[in-house]
Order: sequence, then C-alpha cells, then structure tokens
Amino acid sequence: MADMHSEADLAFVRETMLAQKEPPIAEQGALKWLRENLFSSWLNAILTVLSLLLVYWVLAHTLPWLLRGVWDAGSLAECREIRDARYGDGVDAACFAVITDRWQQLLFGFYPRELYWRPILALLCFFAAIAPVLFARVPRQMLGFTVAAPFLIFLLLWGGTIWGPLTVALGFVIGWACIAFLTKPLGRLVATIAAVLLPIIFWLFLAGPLARELGNILPIGLEPVGSKDFGGFMLSFVIGVAGIILSLPLGILLALGRQSDLFLINKVSVGFIELIRGVPLIVWLFTASLLLNYFLPPGTNFDIMLRVIIMVTLFSAAYIAEVVRGGLAALPKGQYEAADALGLDYWQSMRLIILPQALKIAIPGIVSTFIGLFKDTTLVVFIGLLDPIGLSNSIRATTDWNGIYWELFLFIGIMFWIFCFSMSRYSMYLERKLTREHR
Amino acid sequence: MTALDTELQIDRSKLKVSDEVAVQITKMNKWFGTFHVLRDIDLTVYRGERIVIAGPSGSGKSTLIRCINRLEEHQSGKIEVDGTVLSSDLKNIDKVRSEVGMCFQHFNLFPHLTILENCTLAPIWVRKTPKKEAEETAMHFLEKVRIPEQADKYPGQLSGGQQQRVAIARSLCMRPRIMLFDEPTSALDPEMIKEVLDTMIELAQEGMTMLCVTHEMGFARQVANRVIFMDQGQIVEQNEPEEFFNNPKSDRTKLFLSQILGH
Ligand SMILES: Nc1ncnc2c1ncn2[C@@H]1O[C@H](COP(=O)(O)OP(=O)(O)OP(=O)(O)O)[C@@H](O)[C@H]1O
Ligand SMILES: [Mg+2]
Repeated sequence: MADMHSEADLAFVRETMLAQKEPPIAEQGALKWLRENLFSSWLNAILTVLSLLLVYWVLAHTLPWLLRGVWDAGSLAECREIRDARYGDGVDAACFAVITDRWQQLLFGFYPRELYWRPILALLCFFAAIAPVLFARVPRQMLGFTVAAPFLIFLLLWGGTIWGPLTVALGFVIGWACIAFLTKPLGRLVATIAAVLLPIIFWLFLAGPLARELGNILPIGLEPVGSKDFGGFMLSFVIGVAGIILSLPLGILLALGRQSDLFLINKVSVGFIELIRGVPLIVWLFTASLLLNYFLPPGTNFDIMLRVIIMVTLFSAAYIAEVVRGGLAALPKGQYEAADALGLDYWQSMRLIILPQALKIAIPGIVSTFIGLFKDTTLVVFIGLLDPIGLSNSIRATTDWNGIYWELFLFIGIMFWIFCFSMSRYSMYLERKLTREHR
Repeated sequence: MTALDTELQIDRSKLKVSDEVAVQITKMNKWFGTFHVLRDIDLTVYRGERIVIAGPSGSGKSTLIRCINRLEEHQSGKIEVDGTVLSSDLKNIDKVRSEVGMCFQHFNLFPHLTILENCTLAPIWVRKTPKKEAEETAMHFLEKVRIPEQADKYPGQLSGGQQQRVAIARSLCMRPRIMLFDEPTSALDPEMIKEVLDTMIELAQEGMTMLCVTHEMGFARQVANRVIFMDQGQIVEQNEPEEFFNNPKSDRTKLFLSQILGH
C-alpha cells in the first residue's frame, strides 16, 4: 500500500513549538542528588545508613555534654554544683568555666597582664607584614614594612631598649653593604664571604656592648619581658612562625646543595639532612636545652627560646629540603638547559626559572611540613617551656581545676586546628591561582 | 619532504658568506662515560653560513651543536666561538652563551612567565638592558615572528608552532651572532612546520650564521650553503646542497639519503 501515500503525507512542518517540561521528579534536585550520591547501589545504601547511625551515636554522646556546658564558675567543684542544680546529679556536662577563667593564661602564659597589648600589637604587625607576601593584591610598598617588622615584633614581645633590635638590623645592613660596595673592587666571592663573616663578627663581639652603651646614653625602649614568662599560644606561635619563616630559605639552600655538583657542598648538605631527619625532634630539643650551653663560651646567656627556634628551624629545614628536591627533580631538563643557553648564571637561573616552578610543585609538601612543625612546637613542654599543653598541666595542678581534661584539650585542639586549617586553605588558594596563571 | 619545496622563495644571490671565522672546532673529542660520541671533529664555520647537519639517529648531531654553547663539555680538542676559547672558565662560557642563541626540539619556553617575560628575561638579567627597552626589543622580534598579539599569554596557551617561533624570538632578543637549531620542527604538526621554517628562512636572509640539525631536506636544499653528514660521531661527508643531494660520495650518505627521501 506504500504507493497510496501522497507527498503531502510525508512532508511535515511543525506549527506549534513544544514548551519546556520539568524533568521527572526522580531526576530533580534533592531526590536526584540523594539517589546518585548516597543510594546508588545496595552497598552504598547500607554504608549510608551505617554512617548516619555512627554520626548519630557520636552526636548523641557529645552534644548534650557540650550544650549543657557550664561557662561561669570559679572551680571544678562549683561547676559540678551548678550542674547538679540545673540538670540533676551526675548528668554529663562540660565545664567550660575553666576557659573563661584561664583563657588569658592559655593565650599569653605568664606574660604580664598589663602588657597584653604588646603581643596583640605584635600579632597585628605580623599580619600586616605577611599580607604583601601572601597576596599579590596588597600594594608592594607594604614590603618595606615587612622588612622592618621582625625587629619591631621582637621589640614588642621582649621589650628592652630599641638599640638591641637596631644593632641586629645594623648587622644586616653591614652584610648588604659588603655586597653592594665590595663586589666591584674585590670580586663576587670575596664580597660574599665578607657579607657573611663581617655581620657575624659584629653580632658576636660588637653588637652587645654597642647596644648597652647606646642604651645607657639614650634609654628609649619598652619594659623587658623574659622568655621564661612566655607561654601558651603566644609561645607556640612565636616558635612556629619563626621556624616556618627561617626554615623555608634554609631548606631551599639545602635542596640546592644536595643537587650541587660541588663535592663538598653536596656531601655537607646530604649529611646535614640525613643527620637531622634521622633523629627525633625531642632529642634535638633536649640538646638545645641541655647540651648547647657546653659548646658555647662560658657566661654566654643564650636565650632558651632562641635555642628552641634554631633547633625547630633546622629540623623542619631538613624536611623542606627533601620536599623541594622533589620539585626540582620534577622539572624537565630542558628548563635548566634553556636557562643556561640564554647565558643566565647559576643563581639567576635558580631564582628566576627553576625555583618558581619547583616551589609551585612542592607547595603541598611544604605546607604539610609547616603544619607538622607548628604542631610539633607542643613538644617544648618536655624541656620545661609552658606551651598550651604545659599550661593545661599546670592549670590542672591547681586545686580549683584538679581533674579537668576534655574542656582544655578541646580548646587547645580548636586553636591549633584554626591555624593549621588556614595554612592548608591558603596553600590550596595559591595552587589554584598559580595553575590559573600558567594555563 | 614537505610543502616547503614549492613555496620557498629565497634569493640565494643575496646570501653572503664572509671569510671571517665564527666557530672553529679542531680535533674535538667527546665521551659519555666510555662511549666515544664525537670523534676528531674538525669544523670551521664562517660568518653568514647556513649549515645543515644531517645524519641517522644517535650519530651525535645534537651533541655536536650542544658542545658549541657548552651545554655539553668536550674532553679534548679546541672549540673557539667568536674568538673565545671554550674551557671550564665560567666567564668565557657565559660570554659565549649570551652570543649564541639556541632553539630546542621541545621549545623549552618558561611556562611560568608570559611570552613577553620569556623574551625580556635574559636581556634584562644578562645584558642589564632597562626593562622598557627590553620590552620594545621583544615586541620587535615578536612582530618579526608574527605573533605580537600573544605577548601577554602564557606558553601553555600557544600552539606548538607559535611556541617555537616565540623560542626563536626569545633567542633573537639577546642579539646573538650565531644561532643553533636542534631539530626545531620535529615536534611539530606538518602545518606548523612551514611557519617555523619561514621564520628561519627570514633569519637566513638577514645574514644570520646558522647551524641547524634538521630532517627537513627541502630546507637544506634551498637555504643551506653547506650540508654536513654525520655518522657514528664523525663527519662523513660535507658539500654544498646541490652536490650533496644529487651526487653523494660515500655509501653511508647514499643509504641515508635513500631512506630519508623515501626512494
Ligand atoms: N647525557 C648522555 N649520556 C650518555 N649518553 C648520551 C647522552 N646524550 C646522548 N647520548 C648518546 O650519545 C649518542 C649521540 O646522541 P645525540 O643526541 O647527539 O644523537 P643525535 O644525532 O642528535 O640523534 P637524534 O637524531 O636521535 O636526535 C647517542 O647514542 C646517545 O645515546
Ligand atoms: Mg638529537
């Protein structure tokens, strides 16, 4: 019957356009999401239910404890009375009063109460100083402040006359002047050696007396606060941040040293890295607190915090060096060759071509080393410094708060987590930004 | 052979070779470990010469031109570039490198820098040219390789042919007196080969001294004034292109040519 069709039957012209329809319910919004993500198979569904049960179980045990928390009381005993009165005998309830009572100590240790403005101001200076380093949007002129900030922060935290930090800064100026003025007449090698040696000699033998003399003539400064009064998060923060800032350049130098063709430099770098990494940090900290004094000239009063900072720096520099070495090894050989072929010298090609790319590759590793370093600062409790953990012990030792654990550790944990989590987020931001730029 | 054969227009009468020596290699030997890669190489390159180096894979072509800017170190013999003798003296090496440009098979642009920054980096840091001036020079050479509009992009955003032209511009920004090319087109698709070869031809026309390792025999025939054939680390035969292709002397060359020309 095919030939019965006329041409008019075959031709088709649509006259009304179909309106858009909603997809079937099962394909929409929350339902679709649930099906795809939580119940896509039997196994998945069972796991979902089990996880929900687990979450419920955890919350059921902790939430009441958290929510019933008592915030104002003078001691654990008082806390218990309030709890018994409110919820009945023996009900689980947190006693956060210990934090309202002792938070200053947890943050500042035994730093004099009337001087709290100084660490707070120092923290603000720190943020202002790292802003232009971390974010390209911040005006470049701020970098000038970044250079001055370490000395300012030192003065704010430890006090003393302004001449101490100034003479230390003068040492750096001497080093810079050696490079700037001696390179032409004496050659680069001599200038570099002078730039390293002269400041060290200056710091060891001249800076102290000079600062003292100047202090006698013009005693401008702040009330001194000793390292033994430092404690709590301030202590962790100072050690952690100083370690992070100092260990990055040192780690990079070690990584370059390990890659170097120069026999001595190579072997020294490898030896240093393997020695430092192969021994637990706690051993190095004990070395810092006990042994270092034997090696120093008698009578030198080498600040304990400074010693700890040096050890922590060396320790994390060894790890950074290995992470950076991974980045260096990941670069194609062509990048080194192109830089060489253009006539760039070693330092130029490292600084302009190799390191920017190697460090980008190494960002995740570098940041996790830093996070590790920051958390490891809690180990200083074993050499008698009062970091937050140390303080929690001494708070527990008082009769008022004898027997309190969870609330303190929760607080300490949250504080550390905030800091580490921000570092991790920043590293993700940086990686995304660099990837976007280079695509 | 490529499309180049018919399209190439080059006025050979304008290409002048002077009798000033640009590169002088005498009795040069190189080993990789115990492997003797280059054996008794003697080669004199005059200013304005366009030399194509051909030969089977592994014959030491790359190694030879890489010795000229000391990306590889030779163990005996003498290499003199523009009157500077290459030894382990770093000063001389840097001097030679800043006067000898090099283009690689895989371009080796710096991926973290823009095209413009790639081109200005060496002039600014090695030649100490002021930034403004370096950028002007860079734009001049980017125009010459016909990609000024890409100046602010990153290498990853460019096609292979464009990247290789940027690499050429980057070398030119150092105002080199000699250019080395190591298989500049072998990583490229056929359509892109032509754009890179065109750029190289223009360069030849301006009198640049060029040493070029390539399998583009069309290019060799039309642009080169001398073709060098290498095998097993030795120069087996060299001649002007016409003679080299039509009348090869050694059996190795004949075999190579029959393989590479496909008949
Ligand atoms: N760094 C190195 N270490 C050891 N051997 C090497 C090294 N570089 C090259 N060789 C060897 O030296 C020989 C010559 O290498 P070269 O790269 O110069 O060859 P080529 O002529 O450029 O070959 P192709 O056409 O494949 O690029 C090869 O046998 C290669 O295996
Ligand atoms: Mg090769």
